[in-house]
Amino acid sequence: MSVFRLAFLSLCILLAACSSEQNDPYPASERGKNILYSAFTDRPKHLDPVQSYTEDEITFTAQIYEPPLQYHYLKRPYALIPSTVEQVPEPLYLDARGKALPADAAAENIAYSVYEIRLRPGIRYQPHPAFAVDDSGQPIYSGTDPGSLRGIETIADFAHTGTRELLADDYIYEIKRLAHPRLHSPIFGMMAERIVGLKELGEALQREAKTLPAGDWIDLDRFALEGVTRVDPYTFRIKVRGKYPQFLYWLAMPFFAPVPREADRFYALPGMAEKNLTLDWYPVGTGPFMLTENNPNRRMVLERNPNFHGETYPCSGEPEDRAAGLLDDCGKALPLIDKAIYSREKESIPYWNKFLQGYYDASGISSDSFDQAVRVNVGGDVMLSDEMRGKGIRLLTSVRASTYYMGFNMLDTVVGGNDGKNAERNSKLRQALSIAIDQEEFISIFMNGRGIAAMSPLPPGIFGFLEGEAGINPVVYAWVDGRAQRRPIELAKKLLAEAGWPDGRDAKSGEPLVLNLDTTSGGMGDKSRLDWLTRQFARLDIQLVVRSTDFNRFQEKLRKGAVQLYYLGWNADYPDPENFFFLLAGSEGKVAHGGENASNYDSPAFNSLFAEMKNMENSPRRLSIITRMNRILQDDAPWIFGFHPKSYTLGQSWLHNRKPTDVGNNILKYQRIDVAEREKRRREWNDPVLWPLAVGALLLVSVFLPAVISYRRRERGTARSQGKVD
Amino acid sequence: MLAYLLRRLIYAIPILIGVNLITFALFFVVNTPDDMARMQLGVKRVTPEAIAKWKAERGYDKPLLINAQAEGAGVLTDTILFTKSARMFVGDFGRAEDGRDIAREITSRMGPSLAIALPTFILGLFVTISFALLLAFFRATPLDFWGVVLCVAMMSVSGLFYIIGGQYLISKLWRLVPISGFSGGLDAWKFLLLPVLIGVISGIGTSARWYRTIFLEEIGKDYVRTARAKGLSELTVLFRHVLRNAMIPILTGVVVVIPLLFMGSLLTESFFGIPGLGSYTIDAINAQDFAVVRAMVFIGSVLYIVGLILTDISYTFVDPRIRFE
Repeated sequence: MSVFRLAFLSLCILLAACSSEQNDPYPASERGKNILYSAFTDRPKHLDPVQSYTEDEITFTAQIYEPPLQYHYLKRPYALIPSTVEQVPEPLYLDARGKALPADAAAENIAYSVYEIRLRPGIRYQPHPAFAVDDSGQPIYSGTDPGSLRGIETIADFAHTGTRELLADDYIYEIKRLAHPRLHSPIFGMMAERIVGLKELGEALQREAKTLPAGDWIDLDRFALEGVTRVDPYTFRIKVRGKYPQFLYWLAMPFFAPVPREADRFYALPGMAEKNLTLDWYPVGTGPFMLTENNPNRRMVLERNPNFHGETYPCSGEPEDRAAGLLDDCGKALPLIDKAIYSREKESIPYWNKFLQGYYDASGISSDSFDQAVRVNVGGDVMLSDEMRGKGIRLLTSVRASTYYMGFNMLDTVVGGNDGKNAERNSKLRQALSIAIDQEEFISIFMNGRGIAAMSPLPPGIFGFLEGEAGINPVVYAWVDGRAQRRPIELAKKLLAEAGWPDGRDAKSGEPLVLNLDTTSGGMGDKSRLDWLTRQFARLDIQLVVRSTDFNRFQEKLRKGAVQLYYLGWNADYPDPENFFFLLAGSEGKVAHGGENASNYDSPAFNSLFAEMKNMENSPRRLSIITRMNRILQDDAPWIFGFHPKSYTLGQSWLHNRKPTDVGNNILKYQRIDVAEREKRRREWNDPVLWPLAVGALLLVSVFLPAVISYRRRERGTARSQGKVD
Repeated sequence: MLAYLLRRLIYAIPILIGVNLITFALFFVVNTPDDMARMQLGVKRVTPEAIAKWKAERGYDKPLLINAQAEGAGVLTDTILFTKSARMFVGDFGRAEDGRDIAREITSRMGPSLAIALPTFILGLFVTISFALLLAFFRATPLDFWGVVLCVAMMSVSGLFYIIGGQYLISKLWRLVPISGFSGGLDAWKFLLLPVLIGVISGIGTSARWYRTIFLEEIGKDYVRTARAKGLSELTVLFRHVLRNAMIPILTGVVVVIPLLFMGSLLTESFFGIPGLGSYTIDAINAQDFAVVRAMVFIGSVLYIVGLILTDISYTFVDPRIRFE
């Protein structure tokens, strides 16, 4: 067969193959199925609930594991509701002698809080080989060794699976795992201070681990945990030191999800870890989904757990939820999809283009595609571009429960001063800088408007955040014509002069004021931000020196207090003001106590109010205290309050029940897909364009044909002189 | 030849020890075991006790190079360097800091990397050699001139441009193949088509120009004139004589990269969503995962040494005059 014939045949086959949706990245067998398609950028490191803490991980763990409590999907402010329990537990307060105290007892009299948690019977685990038993009730795989694992590569390769009912013991087992010396739970240190006996358990387990060969299973049931007791098969109690209302929020996190002893034993069998058959890789839960494929380098697949316990879609929410169609599925059994496939997309461009082709059901908006997706009008309102509206894509926005700030090191003699003669003087310097750095401009230039300027540490949605004039930072803003207006730079200069730095120079020596900003930024993308920041300081004639460093050195400098100014952010663990204010509590000082207060701010007035506020339920009195705390922070200005980022999510027209949420992560079960609509749109959007193939073929022919003709002519020609070559 | 190979393999041992030592030094100049622990445990709420426990469990509580507290051989062996490096020389790469088996991870990622790299390599070699021979055949003609101009233009364009441009044209505008993704089995072809095509096209400029130079040098030699004088067709002259004699410099550059094909390509795999080895090392550096970094550098060095030995061996096939002494 000649080359031309072969080429022609190949072209015909290629054209025939290009019938429709040739660019579909999914197998044809998945078409028309109730599957949600999404993507992830960074691979999750841990799926073991005792270790998992980051957003990349909780995207998966929250769908698989069920802690006792969860957040209501639609209600705002966020409200805790039962997940596997009959009701949200009310703490029983005890004094130091173990005597019960009334619910309104003063926090200082409460020595212990006891949470009695009662599970709903009938909840069952996902099918898993760890539960597989033989006729005599013995675990089938208890005698597994490396030899018998030959041919088994994933958890799906085990021939037998089983299930069993969720019991209180499983929660107790998981709480004990927080103290496991080989698991390194990030919250162990903090919980050891709270849960009675957890610290002692950690020490006992540490001793036990030293006596065992590395990797040997530690039977946690042999060790008692004083503060966690089983009442009956469905009930257990947790005894916490002092009054700690935030403990309920922790009970909504995967750290407190049940782990069955059988699963722990199963994964500890010889040869399992060598095949990555671990709880960290293949979770076992009672949640609506189970992880059936875990290839974090390519894709992760969650499938409906056939044993899920009949939870229904909520029937109440915020007033606007009905109009938005978020209550249309009221009362329907969850989950509403059969499967969710998460593909890894490391780069934003392919991710975005696949979303536009309908191969992802939702997408964020990267800065590369912002202008294509969204238009901002002169009034600052954000709306979808015509292209997006033409595709029926919806825009969902929400302010995240996060805050970003520039912190001053209060131990620094120039900018800091928790007390002493320089305290008031330096607070004016910090106030001046708070005014001079135009956060609104920063948000507009560098974040495409995706954020709101912060007035305090508290973002919207957190108790204590106030809208309008009552909520502004009066040091930095004035309320003018119904909106917050940044105070003029002249006022900042005046404050600077009062701080002893008129025109940015020392009033006595005339030396210029030079401030150092430590940052991990410094790449090409960050240069413009740092240049902008330098200009903001220059408005007050202050010289800013940017000291870029790597992440490790930056953290070390913070720990040692060797910074003057720094940039940091905080994502809320739970929706309570305590989770933001603790970042400025004296007891959390980074240098003195190794805590999270990187500014080392230590104000007795603030500390006292914080101690009172953190133990209170939300009430007008708590709000009043929070307002006072905010006022102290605004005056002392240990932070230049930066911004609270806004999340922008685009949802396809066929994706329903999507409501932005920042703390409730188990949202997959509420999502619904209109599969027919998706199929129709994908066909419309992905008709292949074939003419370039023909043009390409013609181009090749037009190049090679003259070459072939020329070659033949030469071969048939008479002898000729050798051509010159450069 | 066996003695030669054995000698080369023995030479490789000090090289590998040196590479391992340099990797170790560079890594721990930038990261301390405390930093590694913080990276693995997370920056939120991590306590000094948790860091100490993490280090003790993974053996990072030992001295880096010399253990002054130990006795005898323990001075050298009871250190992070020795405990973390020695087993690699018997092929045991251990576990990543997140607990996953490194050898298993490498094995599972190698397939997708090869699925891209191998066809790109073979097809690229065929296309560039053919194109270079074409230019050599039409030397000193407008086709040769514009071919060289095209080569210079192509080698001046960044690889990233080919990838983004290819994805834009072929996947986004013309919708002929998926933009990114991967699948095992027969379905893989539609995911491989575009990255392989882009890989081949992006490599044409540099390679074809280099090969053309080699071919032109050979074409001017006496044996080519003799072959022509015997009445052989130009195609036979080019493919049987010129190509064979030009193989030594080509093999020098080509065979050495064959083993490294296993290591994958960072950019291509990232943009096309190929679950290969391309980003494994970079991800490990970012995650301060010393176990993976040292394993990948070690494997890279081994493959490079193997590549050099293969290059030497390949010379004997194309030039019988070469003997291993």
